[in-house]
Amino acid sequence: MSLRLAYYPGCTLKTNARNYEASAIASSKALGIELVELPRWNCCGTVHALAKDDVMHYIAPVRNLIRVEQLKNSGLVDDGRLVTLCEMCYNTLKRADVTVKEDQERRRKLREVMEEEPPYSGGGVEVIHLLQLIREVGWERVKKRLVRPLRGLRVAPYYGCLLLRPRGIGIDDANNPTIFERLIESLGAEVVEIPFKAKCCGSYQTVHMGHVASELSYRILRQAVEGGADVITLACPLCEYNLGERQGEIRGLFPDLKYIPVLYFTQLMALAFGLEDSVGLEMNNPDPRPLLRRKGFP
Amino acid sequence: MDDGPRIGVWVCECGGNIGGVVDVEEVVERFRGYVAEVSKETFLCSKPAIDGIRDAVIKQGLEGVILACCTPKMHLETFMRSLEEAGLNRAYIEVVNIREQCSWVHMADPAGATQKTIDLIRGAVERVRCSTPLEPLRMKVIPEVLVIGGGVAGITASLRLAEFGMKVHLVEKRPSIGGHMIQFPKVFPTLDCSQCILTPKMASVSKNPNINLITYAEVSEISGVPGDYTVKVTLKPRGVDLEKCTGCGECSPVCPVEVPNEYDESLGSRKAIYVPFPQSVPPAYTVDFGSCILCGKCLEVCAPDAIILDDRPKEIELRVGAIIIATGYELYDPMNLSNYGYGKYPNVVTGLEMERILDVNGPGMGQLLVPKTQRPIKSVGYILCAGSRDPENGKPYCSKVCCLYALKQAQMLRDRGVEVWLHYIDIRAPGRRYEEFYRATQEKGAMFVKGKVTEVLPYSEKLLVRGEDMMLNIMVENLYDLVVLCPPLVTSDDTLKLAKGLRVPVDEDGFILERHPKLDPLATKRDGVFAAGVVTGPKDIQTTTSEAEGAAMKAVNFLSKERLIEPNKAVIYASLCDGCGACIEVCPESAITLRDGRAQINELLCSGCGACIPSCPKEAMDQQGLSESQLKAQIRGILEPSEAEIKIIAFVEGEVAYTAVDLAGLARIGYPSSFRIIPLPSMSRLKLSHILYAFALGADGVMLLEAPEHEGPYGRAHAISEKRAEEYRLELEDHGIDSVRLWFSRIYIPDWRKLERVFKVFHSTIEGEGPLDPETRAFLRNRLGLT
Ligand SMILES: Cc1cc2nc3c(=O)[nH]c(=O)nc-3n(C[C@H](O)[C@H](O)[C@H](O)COP(=O)(O)OP(=O)(O)OC[C@H]3O[C@@H](n4cnc5c(N)ncnc54)[C@H](O)[C@@H]3O)c2cc1C
Ligand code: SF4
Repeated sequence: MSLRLAYYPGCTLKTNARNYEASAIASSKALGIELVELPRWNCCGTVHALAKDDVMHYIAPVRNLIRVEQLKNSGLVDDGRLVTLCEMCYNTLKRADVTVKEDQERRRKLREVMEEEPPYSGGGVEVIHLLQLIREVGWERVKKRLVRPLRGLRVAPYYGCLLLRPRGIGIDDANNPTIFERLIESLGAEVVEIPFKAKCCGSYQTVHMGHVASELSYRILRQAVEGGADVITLACPLCEYNLGERQGEIRGLFPDLKYIPVLYFTQLMALAFGLEDSVGLEMNNPDPRPLLRRKGFP
Repeated sequence: MDDGPRIGVWVCECGGNIGGVVDVEEVVERFRGYVAEVSKETFLCSKPAIDGIRDAVIKQGLEGVILACCTPKMHLETFMRSLEEAGLNRAYIEVVNIREQCSWVHMADPAGATQKTIDLIRGAVERVRCSTPLEPLRMKVIPEVLVIGGGVAGITASLRLAEFGMKVHLVEKRPSIGGHMIQFPKVFPTLDCSQCILTPKMASVSKNPNINLITYAEVSEISGVPGDYTVKVTLKPRGVDLEKCTGCGECSPVCPVEVPNEYDESLGSRKAIYVPFPQSVPPAYTVDFGSCILCGKCLEVCAPDAIILDDRPKEIELRVGAIIIATGYELYDPMNLSNYGYGKYPNVVTGLEMERILDVNGPGMGQLLVPKTQRPIKSVGYILCAGSRDPENGKPYCSKVCCLYALKQAQMLRDRGVEVWLHYIDIRAPGRRYEEFYRATQEKGAMFVKGKVTEVLPYSEKLLVRGEDMMLNIMVENLYDLVVLCPPLVTSDDTLKLAKGLRVPVDEDGFILERHPKLDPLATKRDGVFAAGVVTGPKDIQTTTSEAEGAAMKAVNFLSKERLIEPNKAVIYASLCDGCGACIEVCPESAITLRDGRAQINELLCSGCGACIPSCPKEAMDQQGLSESQLKAQIRGILEPSEAEIKIIAFVEGEVAYTAVDLAGLARIGYPSSFRIIPLPSMSRLKLSHILYAFALGADGVMLLEAPEHEGPYGRAHAISEKRAEEYRLELEDHGIDSVRLWFSRIYIPDWRKLERVFKVFHSTIEGEGPLDPETRAFLRNRLGLT
């Protein structure tokens, strides 16, 4: 029997990061977890964080959390956890849940504007990230599932900022995270630690202050290259966009930079679990396939 | 006339200060025939007047003397001394305060002031009639001092005491004395050689016949009372006979076990049989049984046969009169500051480790190499306030010495051409020659960045320090070969354990609490226990030494004479006590214990607050010098025959609140003459029956003026009274007395202006209520068995 859990995709996972979603669903299944997509989900709310409207910032995530409770009550999932993939979604949903639970005034306001929804008072749903779930399932289970261990592959994990901060909702020790490292080791690959593994990639600055994001991302990329990594792995579509999609542009500014492929951690899992159909490497930019082939992976 | 003691009353006019308001003639007339002798004086405090009273005492064989004059805080001691010389016992001498409490505050009401004077004097006369002689408790003190901790504080205090001729027992937990100071190569602000100035002192300690040096030992139990403590000291098994060991050092090289050396902050190593550093005192070796494998190799080479591999812990017992705590500090564990990477990267070290790196006799012989990796150190970044002034991640306070030792190390590094950057929040260098020292460091080319460091990250072989530069308003990222953290100086678990054993309170940060942070900083809250050095809070060596000298002298002072202890103690009538233990719970000093099913008071611990007395359901308790019969006689004397219209008894805490009332007098603040003041040690001495008694005998209101809990001399006793007053109020209602007739206030000295309002408001409340009705009074008299 596999464990059935509610899963929140979010917008990017259905567009630019389809490879993230497909590899996540497939490798979770291999680990005995069935990700049940949340019915009638809406934007996590992060876009509204950019607007001044504070209430909107909570309505969107809270409505999603209400859907989880409904799904749980219908018996289609096994418990009240909500699995996320995108770091931004994780952070937004988790923070909303904590705030609603702690802030009575905000809760009252939300009730007023959401009178058609059942009330939600926070804490009923546990928002988690897939990495946490894998840690819970156990590194031993991961190792048992290996079909093609990633021996010889040097991987630099990149946490980004939103998985670890702010204090209290981070999934690991913000100054000394190890969860990614443990996963990479369990997949048989070698960890390359970079100083800026939890520094910001530039995030949304990429929209209107491209050079800021480029500078920040450049340093992360350079550290990975200098550390001798073959690939970078990460857990966030926006990070992937800044470090991967925009690498060509960054190279324009910093010509000394060497190309380095960027993969979602779920793609590494799918690869190691032998789930070729779900890896989706053709969507990654820069294309990791030549390198992987050189290293002996199909 | 009574057949009690023959009493004389003297009334002072204080020039016109009293005589201008109070009708002194009238007062004297009232007491003629009531006591054996009564007269007035213009200035009672003058020498001729005092001599006159003495003569009268002797000639007329007076047994009690009442002096109606200014506040007892002025001349009581002088009066006592001369009258005691004349053979009177102090229990029979009373000063009645008719200046601050009558003439100066009732100028507009001479008749009221005169009546009040008469009432107060009568109260005193009646009280003295019930007195019994008081003898001060005499206690022989043990003229020996225990000094705990052999750092610079303990060493200095011991030498000073020994010089004075006092016997000292110095207990140090490590194999050698020296403390932190012996770990430093140089000391600020003079940059002189730390070991050169401390080593001779350490040697004197070991040679001084008055000092019993006990190393590798810890205090395990302390009992007894101030002036006579019994102390158990556990000697850890040292494995080496101190008498036989010559310190030749043949044993160490043959020992196969190598472990980190604590003296080098574990950067270097030592053997299982070792001296921590060459100039250790005592010079004898120590076997570390935690790591010794008992191979016996050392036995073979020890010529004097000093090694005992089956050594056991021993316990010795000392008797001392006073104790000095000098157990110093530890560094806050920098592992808690995970963003600074201590413990993760070999090139992140603490300030203390840096002292060892810089020492020419340190683990690296003073070569500037990163521990473990041995890479050369060409650049060093300091992170100041690494956990200090940071309530969230460390300690809220400033550790005071880190700025200065960082400056010291920076100078030493600059002298050797190393690049030095200091990331600081504020440079705190107040103190003689410290600002100059700061400037000298700048002149040597150290760089200063104002701003918090956010994190330390590995960057190839170096470290990347990211932080803010508040001056330039930018983020800085600097690369260093070595990062030095300056974590807070903190108290140790050992100190906390010791404080608990000694029942010495510590402050919110765990440092030993001073008796008074400003006026008595070297004494603790316990008599006979003193403290010096960092154990009371971070400080430099100069201040530590001054404190040690001071603490030594305080101990000498404490032990220099037989202790005369005020006999104002609680007493228990054993035949009435059924051992219920109610008093034990109340006593703030833990002075009462149960023995053979009966409560017993340790007179040396009892402070005389009186809080226990009302708690006894059997009425088995009383107090010397303030007995139930004295107190009742005084209440009766004041109230019963009085002709005043409205009578209010004000019980006033004797130190703080009483002084406030005096100050109100000094400022000639006017208030109604209905108040008659009876001082008490604390309001918790008061029973419900005292209040009922006052109402029965004519009081229309009762006021309690208590000291604030933390200002009064009796600590928790001042807190207990407020709860009791609440209960008494309810009880009064049960007796048909409106609870507004009982007033409770806390007064502290600067509050004296407030007294005017307090007195006026209560007086008009009682005036509004009117005198207590005669039926209630009759009912009360009946209940209390008064005729
Ligand atoms: C890195 C660094 C550099 C410094 N440099 C300077 C400087 O250059 N100039 C300056 O003026 N100040 C300096 N200081 C401050 C200085 O260390 C202190 O002022 C001084 O050491 C305080 O002495 P102390 O005797 O109070 O405490 P400590 O030196 O800590 O001595 C306490 C002693 O008590 C012992 N002890 C502890 N608990 C027990 C127990 N339960 N039983 C028995 N013994 C016990 C300890 O083993 C120790 O020997 C520096 C501090 C640091 C951290
Ligand atoms: S309560 Fe006060 S009077 Fe009673 S024993 Fe304790 S200290 Fe002494």
